[in-house]
Amino acid sequence: MLSPADPLPSLPPQPSLASQGRSALCRAAGLSLAALARLLSGSSVRWIASQPDTCQRVYFANHTSHLDALLIWASLPQAVRELTRPVAAKDYWSRGFVRRWLAEEVFDALLIDRTDIKVHQSPVDLMLREVGTTKSLIVFPEGSRSVTGEIGEFKSGLYYLAKKRPELELLPVHIDNLNRVLPRGEFLPVPLLSCISFGPPLWLERGEAKLDFLARARRAVLALKE
Amino acid sequence: MKDIRTIALIAGVLALLTVATAIGQFLKRHPDRGLDPAAIDTFNLRLRGWWIMCTVLAVAFWLGTTATVVLFGLVSFWALREFITLTPTRKGDHRALFWVFFLFTPLHYVLVGLNRYDIFSVFLPVYATLFVLARVAVAGDYKRFLERTAKIQAGLVVCVYCLSFAPALLHLSIDGPTTGSRDVNFRLLFFLILLVQFADCMQYVWSRMLGRRLVAPAVSSNRTWEGLLGSATSTALLAAVLWWAAPPFEPWQAALAGFVVAIMGFAGGMTMSAIKRDRGVKDYGTLVVGHGGVLDRIDSMCFAAPIFYHITLLVIGT
Repeated sequence: MLSPADPLPSLPPQPSLASQGRSALCRAAGLSLAALARLLSGSSVRWIASQPDTCQRVYFANHTSHLDALLIWASLPQAVRELTRPVAAKDYWSRGFVRRWLAEEVFDALLIDRTDIKVHQSPVDLMLREVGTTKSLIVFPEGSRSVTGEIGEFKSGLYYLAKKRPELELLPVHIDNLNRVLPRGEFLPVPLLSCISFGPPLWLERGEAKLDFLARARRAVLALKE
Repeated sequence: MKDIRTIALIAGVLALLTVATAIGQFLKRHPDRGLDPAAIDTFNLRLRGWWIMCTVLAVAFWLGTTATVVLFGLVSFWALREFITLTPTRKGDHRALFWVFFLFTPLHYVLVGLNRYDIFSVFLPVYATLFVLARVAVAGDYKRFLERTAKIQAGLVVCVYCLSFAPALLHLSIDGPTTGSRDVNFRLLFFLILLVQFADCMQYVWSRMLGRRLVAPAVSSNRTWEGLLGSATSTALLAAVLWWAAPPFEPWQAALAGFVVAIMGFAGGMTMSAIKRDRGVKDYGTLVVGHGGVLDRIDSMCFAAPIFYHITLLVIGT
């Protein structure tokens, strides 16, 4: 029974018209950027022994180009895309208005401060707190873009992610040829054809050592190269 | 649609495609005829490709000259994309490639669209070549310099320059009974496409029926001397029979054009096979899942278009 003095049960706050307009703009920007990136990189998308799904996942990929995160994000179906957040470097993506707007509003990126990593506030904790129990992540375990096109050793973040949330699906993604579309240090793209392959999910085995797991994860990405 | 010959040509092609499709579907439903099911699938796939090609061409023709030039420009762009994708390049080639894709290729097609034969005939082979050489040199990476620049140049010439001679046919002023009608030029272009496709087919058919001596076993395992000869002869015959569709030609000239087109188409297929073998792939479109690439479809066309253009020029005496 509600007495007159009681406040009404609170409804979820309605977004204002202005913020609705803004989010529509962000959506449109996201859609058109995704379309542009796919057109420019002529990317074909392959799902090898896996399916697009809205369940909580961590997509981990080789890192070759600035376009990587955008293109993985663009390759996902709309429903999955809305739940997926790329992880990106704060020092790069918070510089300047456009980059910050793209990162924060359009891609809903999770920005990690590479220069200020503390023990009690590790990036992995931050990621896990931010994604909750619904959102998925796109990560690049190599840490930075490879210069040669070879896939480098994986950093340990992926292992700690898997250790703290062992039930998360870890999905290997291989990006082929995108380093030629937009190599490191270039800003003009060459419209070659690239290919994004999603592989079957893997999990951290019970008692698996860190280096073994990281090597296995790296092999899973390499295996998608054919 | 003003011309009885245009209507005859369209009706003929449509009838042929319809009959072939009916046969293909019949064979697919009755797999007990002792025919290779893979060959039937290939045949049906090829047919589907032709239906799509005819539809796209019909729309482009209907929209006019500019639309057709743009269509060929897009095909060139895509083919060049496939070519360069399968050609290893180094980072030093990046800037040169950017201009090749976004400046030289579109500009060349603009020149084709404006009918500036005097400029477009030298624009890519001379100026783009010089630019690519200089730009790659300036980029500062001298490793395998000639090899890398030659690859880019080969891609440009085959995929862009040669193919553009096909839509360039639309601008030739053809003297004849139907002067002033654009239909004539579209018919000429369609005649070329028809001959190239027919030659491709005949090459396959003759190779399967009589093929013994492979031309170059290491490069292609299904192109034979018998196939080449058979295809050249039958294409010449078809061209002679269809001479009325191609305005400036006498029957013997049409036959000669058909013969040459078949041989050039063969040369194009062999060339692309050699490149593919070197790169260890079967189709240019392996990056595009499920179907062969654009370049696989147009390789013969690329090689046949310039010579057909110049034969036509000779015949109309300009």
